[in-house]
Amino acid sequence: MQRMQPERSGAGRRSRRWFLGLGAAWSAALAACRNKPASDAASFPDARVPGAPIRAYGDRSPFEHSKRLVRTDTRVPLEEASSQTPLHDTYGIITPSSLHFERHHSGVPLIDPAAHTLTIHGLVERPLVFTVDEIKRLPSVSRIHFVECSGNSSSEWRSSGATDLQRAHGLTSCSEWTGVALSLLLKECGVKPEGTWILAEGADPGRHDRSIPMSKAIDDVLVAYGQNGEPIRPEQGYPMRLLVPGWEGNVNVKWLRRIKVLDRPAMTREETSKYTDLMPDGTARQFTFYMEAKSLITRPSSGDTLRGPGFYEVTGLAWSGRGAIEKVEVTADGGKTWTPAQLQTPILPKAHTRFRWPWQWDGTEAILASRATDETGYTQPPIASLVEVRGVNSNYHNNGIQLWKVSADGTVTNGNHA
Amino acid sequence: MAITRNRPHPHRLRRAVVVAALAALTSTPAVAQSPTYHVGRAPTADELKKIDIEVLPDGRGLPPGSGTAAAGKAVYTQKCLTCHGPTGKEGPQENIAGGKGSLASSKPVKTVGSYWPYATTLWDYIHRAMPFDHPGTLTDEDVYAVTAYVLFLNDIVREDTVVGQSTLATIQMPNRNGFVADPRPDVPAKKAGGASPTPRR
Repeated sequence: MQRMQPERSGAGRRSRRWFLGLGAAWSAALAACRNKPASDAASFPDARVPGAPIRAYGDRSPFEHSKRLVRTDTRVPLEEASSQTPLHDTYGIITPSSLHFERHHSGVPLIDPAAHTLTIHGLVERPLVFTVDEIKRLPSVSRIHFVECSGNSSSEWRSSGATDLQRAHGLTSCSEWTGVALSLLLKECGVKPEGTWILAEGADPGRHDRSIPMSKAIDDVLVAYGQNGEPIRPEQGYPMRLLVPGWEGNVNVKWLRRIKVLDRPAMTREETSKYTDLMPDGTARQFTFYMEAKSLITRPSSGDTLRGPGFYEVTGLAWSGRGAIEKVEVTADGGKTWTPAQLQTPILPKAHTRFRWPWQWDGTEAILASRATDETGYTQPPIASLVEVRGVNSNYHNNGIQLWKVSADGTVTNGNHA
Repeated sequence: MAITRNRPHPHRLRRAVVVAALAALTSTPAVAQSPTYHVGRAPTADELKKIDIEVLPDGRGLPPGSGTAAAGKAVYTQKCLTCHGPTGKEGPQENIAGGKGSLASSKPVKTVGSYWPYATTLWDYIHRAMPFDHPGTLTDEDVYAVTAYVLFLNDIVREDTVVGQSTLATIQMPNRNGFVADPRPDVPAKKAGGASPTPRR
């Protein structure tokens, strides 16, 4: 009988160190279990003891170890700080808040919501300061959206590549976000006709800030305070953040403290020297907001080992910053033939969409890949096609097709640079 | 008053009601400003002054003040050099000088001199976020002086050029015209039956 699911390999990936993390209650329960008279085992082979008591705040099973990958190879530890989502270990479309990727420029600030406010000013009739409580009193909306760092998958521009899915593509996550429509707040302030951009600014030590066109600001942007049913996590912007559906992560300003309505972009450091895409001719693209359609096979992926020929479900995620996913196709022969994958409902605009593709592996070398098409008709291109146009120094917005190479021995490796 | 989700003890609740009633009688009522939901209040001038920090490319937002590279060298040496190196090219952190003419090469070096389109952004960012471990600790004069020094390290101003509120926005940065609008979608997917996503070498 073949294993139906691939096993993960690699040092520490399934270590048994969970025992060290057990709480006192669990330890006591286990001790009680161990201390039961030996005769019980013989007389009552099905003897049981009560399980762990109730807990005020839940935690996952001590048998589960999936973690964010904390990058330690950055030149500027806090300025370039990031941790990546273990997409290969997630099910469905929601990323647990505790595993949502992190990217911030000056550390995670500790903010007391009672002392935090949002100020909206600039080209408005009525500049206003809102408390967090006031924001929460206003009509709310909940929507499921991905947030993807524009630098996600940047390892795959060059032939060095990354070893695995989490390291290469773990800077995207998807949550249910709850908050107030920014359009509502702007309407309350009364935007003047000459107000064509907003500047959003965080309360983090570096006061991260980005300019966003008014057309987007009044379209679908949220001032969010809820994430997956809870208050937003500190590293995701507690007590409130901007959520700019489908646009690159860094415009989703966390720890939001100020919005200023302007008649032009502020040309902040982030939108001039940082998050701009350098082309081979030396010019750089600016305000590259959209995250284009993309998909990834999350299982099997690099690091998995298939235990011999047989049936394996190929599954993954697809998303587009321009709307809903229309189609995902999968290949097992490196792109010679593509067949449609099954899309799991709900298929939501600007949200991760789960796809599945049944696969009978014959035990020979295979190249697995997926490609997504969104509702605009745009289809995810091969990385090589991106490189043809953009070279290898644009760094951001790599939405190319990811190849996983399955060797005859069942090991799965990054096939982009084979 | 905000809805509270706590469930206080009845005595505490009664006390809270009394306190709130007294507060309502004795303090100036906060005027709810938003027209539909009557929440929020107008920021005071002092509040706005503290947070209204961005500097635009036309110089709006710059406070009074000025500085020269000569004066900025001392501030740079004390507060910036450890991270950015003696001439801005040595690291260990981001290179802020050099890189001229490198943007179209295979190893582009993006610095203030080679890449940044606006000198105002440099002032804004130093004032906003630097020094990295103590942002907000430079005086406006220090920021002008360090800005001048970083521009000097990039051969954009002379050592004695006065960089100030009225002149910063007029400084022409070498890469001022180096940016283009987003042309995406710019990469068509291969037609069905066309080239497969062949691994790149």
